[in-house]
Amino acid sequence: MSPFDPNWNTAPQFTDAVCASAFLAVDPGLGGVLVRSWSGPVRDDFLRRLVSLSPKAPVRKMPLNISDDRLLGGLDLAATLAAGRPVYALGILEESKNGILVLAMAERLTPGVAARINAAVDAGAAITLVALDEGVGPDEVPPKSLLDRLAFTLDALPSAHDIWPSVNLIEAARRRLKKISLRTEVTAQLCTLAAMLGVASPRAEIFAARAARAASALRGSKVIEAQDIALAARLILAPRATQIPQSSEPPPPETPDDQPQKKEQESQQAENTQTLEDKIEDAASAVLPEHLLAALAAHVGPRRMARGAGTSGVTHSLKRGRPVGARRGALTGQARLSVLDTLRAAAPWQRLRQPAGSSRIAVRAEDFHIKRFKEKPRKIAIFAVDASGSSALNRLAEAKGAILLLLADCYVQRDEVALIAFRGERAEILLPPTHALARVRRALAALPGGGPTPLASGITAACHLAEAERRAGKQPLLVLLTDGGANIALSGAPGRAMAGQDALSVAKACAAQNLAALVVDTSPRKQAFVAQLAASMGAKYLPLPYADAQRLAYAVQSAVQSQGGADARAAA
Amino acid sequence: MKPIFPFTAIVGQDEMRDALVIAAIEPRLSGVLIFGDRGTGKSTAVRALAALLPDMAAVAGCAYACDPGDKDSLCESCRAATSRHTHRIPVPVVDLPLGATEDRVVGALNLERALADGAKIFEPGLLARAHRGFLYIDEVNLLEDHIVDLLLDVAASGENVVEREGMSLRHPARFVLIGSGNPEEGELRPQLLDRFGLCVEVKTPTEIAARVEVVCRRDEFDRNPAAFCKRFAPEQTALRNAILAARAKLPGIAVANDILVRAAEICSALGTDGLRGELTLLRAARAWAAYEGSDAVTMEHLRRMTAPALRHRLRRDPLDDSLAGTRVERAVAEVFAR
Repeated sequence: MSPFDPNWNTAPQFTDAVCASAFLAVDPGLGGVLVRSWSGPVRDDFLRRLVSLSPKAPVRKMPLNISDDRLLGGLDLAATLAAGRPVYALGILEESKNGILVLAMAERLTPGVAARINAAVDAGAAITLVALDEGVGPDEVPPKSLLDRLAFTLDALPSAHDIWPSVNLIEAARRRLKKISLRTEVTAQLCTLAAMLGVASPRAEIFAARAARAASALRGSKVIEAQDIALAARLILAPRATQIPQSSEPPPPETPDDQPQKKEQESQQAENTQTLEDKIEDAASAVLPEHLLAALAAHVGPRRMARGAGTSGVTHSLKRGRPVGARRGALTGQARLSVLDTLRAAAPWQRLRQPAGSSRIAVRAEDFHIKRFKEKPRKIAIFAVDASGSSALNRLAEAKGAILLLLADCYVQRDEVALIAFRGERAEILLPPTHALARVRRALAALPGGGPTPLASGITAACHLAEAERRAGKQPLLVLLTDGGANIALSGAPGRAMAGQDALSVAKACAAQNLAALVVDTSPRKQAFVAQLAASMGAKYLPLPYADAQRLAYAVQSAVQSQGGADARAAA
Repeated sequence: MKPIFPFTAIVGQDEMRDALVIAAIEPRLSGVLIFGDRGTGKSTAVRALAALLPDMAAVAGCAYACDPGDKDSLCESCRAATSRHTHRIPVPVVDLPLGATEDRVVGALNLERALADGAKIFEPGLLARAHRGFLYIDEVNLLEDHIVDLLLDVAASGENVVEREGMSLRHPARFVLIGSGNPEEGELRPQLLDRFGLCVEVKTPTEIAARVEVVCRRDEFDRNPAAFCKRFAPEQTALRNAILAARAKLPGIAVANDILVRAAEICSALGTDGLRGELTLLRAARAWAAYEGSDAVTMEHLRRMTAPALRHRLRRDPLDDSLAGTRVERAVAEVFAR
């Protein structure tokens, strides 16, 4: 009898989380698992069980603030000085070869650390990564390059009652693994599935094939069966899906006659929207002061100074940026030793410290000087756009044009950009922080208008994002574009009075966070309420003055033609 | 060491493979930028290419692996030495990871020696190690600005000038810069874009057959690397010989006047900045002609190289979609139709 429970076929006894852990233990080539869960007994228990599946594997835990020399190994300075000869230490990546590396707070991992881990994994270190993700919301996620190298993502962890496979079973499966061949039909099936689900990375298919093999090995079989493929697809392909499977029927072929005509139409259409967009940009450029963002960023300086962060928003850092000298200090964490200054500090004491005739320089911990770097904080502009019906009628298109202009400014400054839209009942992050301005443009073009105005939710969402980005060490700048016609309160209930009150109170809360902000009034005439809102937020107020009729006509025309025309008309 | 996936076993991605081969034939093109989805084998291809190339002769004991045959580019210590031993070493592929410190990239004072006996010895950095090989930057579009600043100068001059920590020295650092990234996640500074001779776009293959082949080959390689490499050995040898032959042939490739004119026409039609576009286009076309075994550059060679040599040099609107492949195609069609 197979060591495996014979009932597998009828009633799978393992939950997905257990399966994923078991597959990783059987085949470390699967890379690892992302565990989306907060810390607590359930997660601790899961980690303990996962580790116990591979009793011989070394287990290391990597803290977030790991230094390069601990990660990659290198000279152990303290030991070197004590011993008087170079002493090297292994890095944590080397130590966890053929083992398990637990990444704490993976959502805060820097792309740099992720790049080093990826390089080790790609070089064949056979490290099983367990990334613990406690991120909240779409803006706190581990680096994508790392995620791509983890086969599994777990949202639900097994409860204490779940059954786990025994170590013997895992080892038997591991031995069997080599004998199971990957038939082309199996691969074809997985690849077809991946294509239907719109899975982009070929790594996913490779992982799925490995998982299917591990599943059949665990089952005690030598052949990959349909159930293994189904399980692999569910665990690996489904979470990466970007589209709902389409029917496999090919679209009816177009007759060659109408094809060129259609193309012509399309290109003409594209040209139309292109010129319209250009015109909107022109219209907005007339009213937006040049280098508005730069001016605003400068405006942040003095306010930040009150908090003691430095005059020009520059922060002093111990790990990166341009070097600006050294100071006496302990070699802790990520501090980097300034050798020259250390030796200089040690030099006057040599005669006292050494017996005559020794050629070695005696350096003591009190001589240590560490390097200081000047780091320019990265900036991020968060656009919160009122896409409600009233706004759409008023000046949504022109507001979009204004954003595009501000974006060009961001490009010059190499800032990041995020986009939040609020309409209907709530605010939505259309685009998490990105450098890719082309995506912002696309997201804007696709932004429909219409519905009531949840202004308070919009401000709140923008504030939360700004806070999260500030925690990540960036300097947020909030740009709110609204006509001020708030009519949905924070609770989601309609009502103008309550909505207005809510908006003002969240604006005050926003001001308390000391965020640099700009409020653009997109209503046809200056609105006292928007000005009041800006004052509450401690923001700069900028009315977008009434453009001439022709420009407005263009703006309305494009709003009707290009995006959400139906919405706008419905709102009217 | 883990065996390296054979270059010739990479499925599809012809444009990327051709661009890498050309960069290996003509190092003066100074590099390839690969834009595309994750997991499309970008880093696999770079490592595979270096492994495919024959070992190179280097001065034994030289920290920069100086070329004993090239007297002009020797480092100071090699130039001063009276006798030089040579040995053969594999072509280096050096990774420049995100978040690398300036010390690691440029080089720094050698800590051990400084602490042990107070000697002021230079510890070469990544740029030195990449000399005569490949410097590979994954996610190059996320590279910190202060590291980009360092790279820009070295990549253009082929020399690393160190003026820090009381050290003052210079050493040769000529490498083929290979960058990869996903344009959706960030943009490159135009100056850095310009340092890459060629730019290619890779996409996940859409046909199921190709995807199946990718998975099958990867699986075969993971299970039995030695046998897999053996299977592709004849193709590897053939490609290696083709590259070597092309390198030998390259200096003798003629470029006729009408080709020069056509190249200038294309560049002016596309409005590329400066002369680097034309220069790169011609170099790439020559390398491609050499690889194809012809004695002179033909219009077809030129046409083939236009997109990779120019698509990242268009003066562009930052908000426009990132790579103007279609604009290049249109201009090529127009210019060649004349």
